[in-house]
Amino acid sequence: MVRYVLSRLLQAIPTLLLISFLTFIMGYLAPGDPIRMILGEHSDPQTVAQVRHELGLDQPWYVQYGRFVWSAVKGDFGISLYNRRPVGDVIRESFPATATLAVLAILLAIAVGIPAGIVAAVFHNRLPDRLSMAGVVLGISVPNFVLATLLILLVSVRLGWLPVAGWGAPEYLVLPVLVLAARPSASIARFTRTSMLEVLQQDYIRTARAKGVPERAVILKHALPNALLPVVTVIGNAFGYLLTGSFIVETVFAVPGVGYKSIEAILRRDYPVIQATTLLFAFLFIAVNLFVDILYTRLDPRVRFRA
Amino acid sequence: MWREWKRHPLALASLVYLCLVAAIALLAPLIAPYRYDAQDASAVLQPPSTTHLLGTDELGRDVFSRLVYGARVSLTVVLQVELLEVLIGVTLGLLAGYFRGRWDSVIMRFTDMMFAFPDILLAILIVAILGPGLHNVFIALALTGWPSMARVVRSQTLALREREFVEAARAIGLNHFRILWRHILPNLLPTIVVAVTVDSAGIVLAESALSFLGLGAQPPLPSWGRMIDDARQLMRSHPMLLVYPAVMLSLTVMALNFLGDGLRDIWDPRRQTY
Repeated sequence: MVRYVLSRLLQAIPTLLLISFLTFIMGYLAPGDPIRMILGEHSDPQTVAQVRHELGLDQPWYVQYGRFVWSAVKGDFGISLYNRRPVGDVIRESFPATATLAVLAILLAIAVGIPAGIVAAVFHNRLPDRLSMAGVVLGISVPNFVLATLLILLVSVRLGWLPVAGWGAPEYLVLPVLVLAARPSASIARFTRTSMLEVLQQDYIRTARAKGVPERAVILKHALPNALLPVVTVIGNAFGYLLTGSFIVETVFAVPGVGYKSIEAILRRDYPVIQATTLLFAFLFIAVNLFVDILYTRLDPRVRFRA
Repeated sequence: MWREWKRHPLALASLVYLCLVAAIALLAPLIAPYRYDAQDASAVLQPPSTTHLLGTDELGRDVFSRLVYGARVSLTVVLQVELLEVLIGVTLGLLAGYFRGRWDSVIMRFTDMMFAFPDILLAILIVAILGPGLHNVFIALALTGWPSMARVVRSQTLALREREFVEAARAIGLNHFRILWRHILPNLLPTIVVAVTVDSAGIVLAESALSFLGLGAQPPLPSWGRMIDDARQLMRSHPMLLVYPAVMLSLTVMALNFLGDGLRDIWDPRRQTY
């Protein structure tokens, strides 16, 4: 077990290095001079050279990359080219908003997706199944920014129930969380249904029914625990989706989170911020998937012993 | 074949719808009554009428014409991205699955790394570096999309190379290229078509999302995502400007998903689906 965790941790390092290199080299090669973006197009060459030197942007690329990785390991992502603030501070300020949305959305997605999947499987090919599968198709097909704008149009503009956009009070959370949770709920529901249907065909379920276990107990006690095992992995994937979904949702709802900051940074060519947010997202994504894989081996003895 | 399609009415309807959208996209200049960038300052934000089927937007541009050209933008991006993706993904997947060994581990290591990184994040990053624009969107989407294609093709190739007909081809002394091209690739076609269909849904989504964020199609080019973003400013007074592109976009993505699922069932009835 410890070996498995260690080897998975070691495997994550080259991935993170590759991603850090990509983020770095793309920022390095990008057109547009960041110094001139800070100082304005018509600043005098001497000041430009001085600031370039101060920020270390006159060094060769491998020196810049080495310094970049080393500082990143220490949690230091340099200074924002836009407002000269430490990037670490920018991230620390914006992360709580993104994390709040992501955690609430995944909880909502689990709370909706799993029951919907169970109901669909139990009423296979009947009305509840068809309804929840229609919901799944909508959840997967309607783009999150379309859902977001349509919800704002309906709930905020037409009905006036909730604020259009913003941050700071609980009522600002409702729409972003709903939008973020839509797609994960759909994939969790679909997966739970398939997994449930497979389990319900197993012999031990027939045995349980034959010996007179009430249907409710057959479904909740005998079938569900086994059916939920593979769903754990979908939840890991859904988390990755929440991170990237935050770009759109935070932009639409003006939430001051990491996704919003990244888009802002991209439009301003603020490389240190782009690099930091990308690395943070990549790190979280890898960490969550690692955690899910380990959890999975803990939960399923078959996988544990095979490994 | 027809009987199987009849058992999947949703997939059939989706196919018809998608053919229609593709035809509209191809024939856009003939179908659209106006150019997508033709402004008319005297007819701003008009309601639907006989001259402007779906009315006009804030610059007096014909909404129907822009929707039609928007289909063309989506189709262009999908075709270009899929072409690149299939070229890279199928080639590498075939090589990895057929030759195994070092090829396989290098290619699979690489796709693993690409998988460890959320697609959209990478696409946004690439677009950020190359600069906003439709051209850069398709480069970004192709670069992030091929690993999943490579993976699907590899696993199928792994299974096919052990089959008797491949062994027979090898026994009569055909070279590797001929075996891959004439014997393995044709058997992969259904897999590739399904993968392309499902993947196209993701590409239509990603392109519109990037355009929505201002990173994709630049004005006056009408991407559905871009039109939704423009319409947000006016949604209090003119909500329908938002609804038209939103409906087209959602229907198209939905149709691609249905078609993908349907094709998978039709071609592989052994696969248990519920």
